Amino acid sequence: MSVIEKITSLGGKNVSEVNNLAIKMDKITKTFGKVVANNNVNLELREGEILALLGENGCGKTTLMNMLSGIYFPDHGDIYVHGKQVTIRSPKDAFQLGIGMIHQHFKLVDILTAAENVVLGLDGKTTINRKKINQEVSELAAKYGFELDPTKKIYNMSVSEKQTVEIIKVLYRGADILILDEPTAVLTPQETEKLFNVLRNMKADGKSIIIITHKLNEVMSISDRVAILRKGEYIGVVDTDKTSQAELTEKMVGRPISLEINRPQVENRQERLHVVDLTCLNGDGLKALKNVSFKAYAGEILGVAGIAGSGQKELCEVLAGIHPAIGGAVLYTAEENGEAIKEPLLGLSPDQISKKGVSMAFVPEDRLGMGLVASMDMTDNVMLRSYRDNKGIFVDRKAPKAQAERMITELEIATPGVETPVGRLSGGNVQKVLLGREIACAPKVLIVAYPVRGLDINSSYRIYDLLNEQKKKGVAVIFIGEDLDVLMGLSDRLMVLCGGEVSGIVDPREVTKEEVGLMMIHVDKEWKKKYKKKKKEKKELQMQQSVESDMQTESLGKEENHE
Amino acid sequence: MLNVLSNLFIAAVLAGTPLLLGALGEILTEKAGNMNLGVEGMMFMGAITGLVSSYYYEQFVMKAGGTPSGFVSALVALIASFIAGAFGALIYSFLTITLRANQNVTGLTLTIFGTGFANFFGEFFAGKAGGYIAVSDVTKKAFLKVNIPLLSDLPVIGKLLFQYNWMVYFALAVAAMLLWFFAKSRVGLNLRAVGESPATADAAGIPIEAYKYGATIIGGGICGIGGMYMSMVTTSGVWVHGCVGGYGWLAVALVIFATWSPLRAVLVSVVFGGLTVMRMYISIPGLPTQIYDMIPYIATILVLVFTSMHENKEHAQPKSCGINYFREER
Repeated sequence: MSVIEKITSLGGKNVSEVNNLAIKMDKITKTFGKVVANNNVNLELREGEILALLGENGCGKTTLMNMLSGIYFPDHGDIYVHGKQVTIRSPKDAFQLGIGMIHQHFKLVDILTAAENVVLGLDGKTTINRKKINQEVSELAAKYGFELDPTKKIYNMSVSEKQTVEIIKVLYRGADILILDEPTAVLTPQETEKLFNVLRNMKADGKSIIIITHKLNEVMSISDRVAILRKGEYIGVVDTDKTSQAELTEKMVGRPISLEINRPQVENRQERLHVVDLTCLNGDGLKALKNVSFKAYAGEILGVAGIAGSGQKELCEVLAGIHPAIGGAVLYTAEENGEAIKEPLLGLSPDQISKKGVSMAFVPEDRLGMGLVASMDMTDNVMLRSYRDNKGIFVDRKAPKAQAERMITELEIATPGVETPVGRLSGGNVQKVLLGREIACAPKVLIVAYPVRGLDINSSYRIYDLLNEQKKKGVAVIFIGEDLDVLMGLSDRLMVLCGGEVSGIVDPREVTKEEVGLMMIHVDKEWKKKYKKKKKEKKELQMQQSVESDMQTESLGKEENHE
Repeated sequence: MLNVLSNLFIAAVLAGTPLLLGALGEILTEKAGNMNLGVEGMMFMGAITGLVSSYYYEQFVMKAGGTPSGFVSALVALIASFIAGAFGALIYSFLTITLRANQNVTGLTLTIFGTGFANFFGEFFAGKAGGYIAVSDVTKKAFLKVNIPLLSDLPVIGKLLFQYNWMVYFALAVAAMLLWFFAKSRVGLNLRAVGESPATADAAGIPIEAYKYGATIIGGGICGIGGMYMSMVTTSGVWVHGCVGGYGWLAVALVIFATWSPLRAVLVSVVFGGLTVMRMYISIPGLPTQIYDMIPYIATILVLVFTSMHENKEHAQPKSCGINYFREER
């Protein structure tokens, strides 16, 4: 603990002692109804530093930051900006203090251009000089090393471009304190690196930055100090270069947990799903999937990587039977009397699919939109899957209630009770409810889309464990993800999508993150040959080694033949 | 034949103007994210208030021994109808913006309220005035076609474009102003942001509630003026029970047909105006008049079907339209 921190932690009302702090939050408390989101939280951001804010989901990180950006107002506590006590009642107040927040869910108006979004809400002349603002935005972007077309409409932009607009927006307003809420959650490795370079430029320019992230390796690479919250309580702050990922995790969760993602091997994998030349259109009538072919095996996790909007959503929905395809086939291998029978699934409704005895569980991307009914409680949500089994006109509430209670204990769902509407739960708990319900149906194929989006480490690892358990039970798991580290650690095979096409199916143990990142941004026709060549070389190398040592590599070789 | 068509065009413009005003008011309202289905009610309120105000202005001046001025009388009607429409919208705004009541229900209630309000006071003042209430010839004249020197005398074009009553030009001016407001002005840009994504606008420091109140109330006032057109021009300054009768609903449909653009609202209001008066100009033998009366509504249904089939991001309803905004909602 530095001298300044010691002094300020004693009371810190003295202005001169907190002078070189960009922000000081003192004993902040915020409650939502009965839920205490922040309890006596202290936070200090030094001028010109990058502070990482770490904590599990629902621990109140975003709430705390929203009090700085004027979205929420604290119940108790004081906020000091550059040593002066302030009251932040609205986002406008925050801008005037030089605080700019880049929200996890982008706050941009789709139908406006980048530049229009940037000047939104600013004072100025009655009319808007679009030429001038376009030029100003371009210049600002260039200054920090961004690429941005100021006249591009937001709805035509990729996620990373949108993020750029958000950052430019706060910089344009003259913010010298930037708060980024999980900025890397949706970026490719290359984009993340670019963003970090920009952040370092900003830091060199004297800006103070708070970054919220779950990814520990990013915390280690970008931050100067790390502040940790746990369940709404302030745990402490550490210097990044004096800590380790393990220590941070322990502080965050409250107990040591392993950061290794398990990849248990399952013997005797059988083909479960065979997708051939699948093509479908999206809502705008454009091809969202182009001749997608792959196989999914029982007892494996097939990871699906790709930039957001590369056809992941359509792929899931076509497989689940809720989106029509215009070409191709989906064949499900069922076992009857020991014989494998292939059944075509395309064109059947989800109900028909399940009536055929094909149990497929789909955990959609939009948890509260497609997966669960936010205003209904856990029992009712569990019943959505099982109420058809009831005979007569009445439904049986007892069994689903018991199942809901079982889920609460087994999956460690934090909820006041089964009667609480699921919409009130935090993201991680909502995900557990959804996944728990789907798993309870004992599926043969489990499709999960972004199951750990916005989840903290602890919840994420719980989800990985659940998926691995399913895999061991012989379920074919299709895992759509965005975090490449996780995808590469968890999946047995990794399919990369790019613009609706399969740019390759690889063994994640054989490729680097950068290679996958490249596959995500363009389809290289030559790539397949190169990959095969590389694999062949490696095999030969292994053969040579195995000749020298032993014959152990044979099983590895077999796995690769699944391609 | 050409004569019939030009007459139809003129009649279409005259019949389309109240639709245009109603649609413009609703476009402004919806751009702020408020779906006010009370257009019919606000038009009714504007219709009765405009007429009664003009009537009492005349009575007041005549009692004092003077002669009422047509210009002042029209101005009184304009202001009174604007205030009446704005008052209806204020009720709606208070309920939906401050108290966060459901927008659809509130709008429907406003329609019922406005209709009752107008018909009640129409009967009431008619009773007081001795059977029926009508403005004098001075005011009536002020709402007849204008004569613009030179332009009105042009052959064909003069008749087609420059011989309408002043309210037609007023409506066009409102459309032009809104067009400029949305496309060029800073406040207009902010307003569009409020209607598209209030959370974004809020985070950008735009005072959401003020924008919503402002747009909804001014929009309601414009609707009220549209209603005044019905009682002053369409029924020539005589109160007719239920005179707005459905025009407010057509205006709401026009907003969708116009894809929330003031410019297109001008075009489609003429088309719809033409459909409502078509039977008087084009008669197909054997076709019952009831079929003609149905045409605007059938067209509305068809338009709604076709516009909902093709989704376009830019020419679509503001995204947050119909949804109330509450900053601290989780």
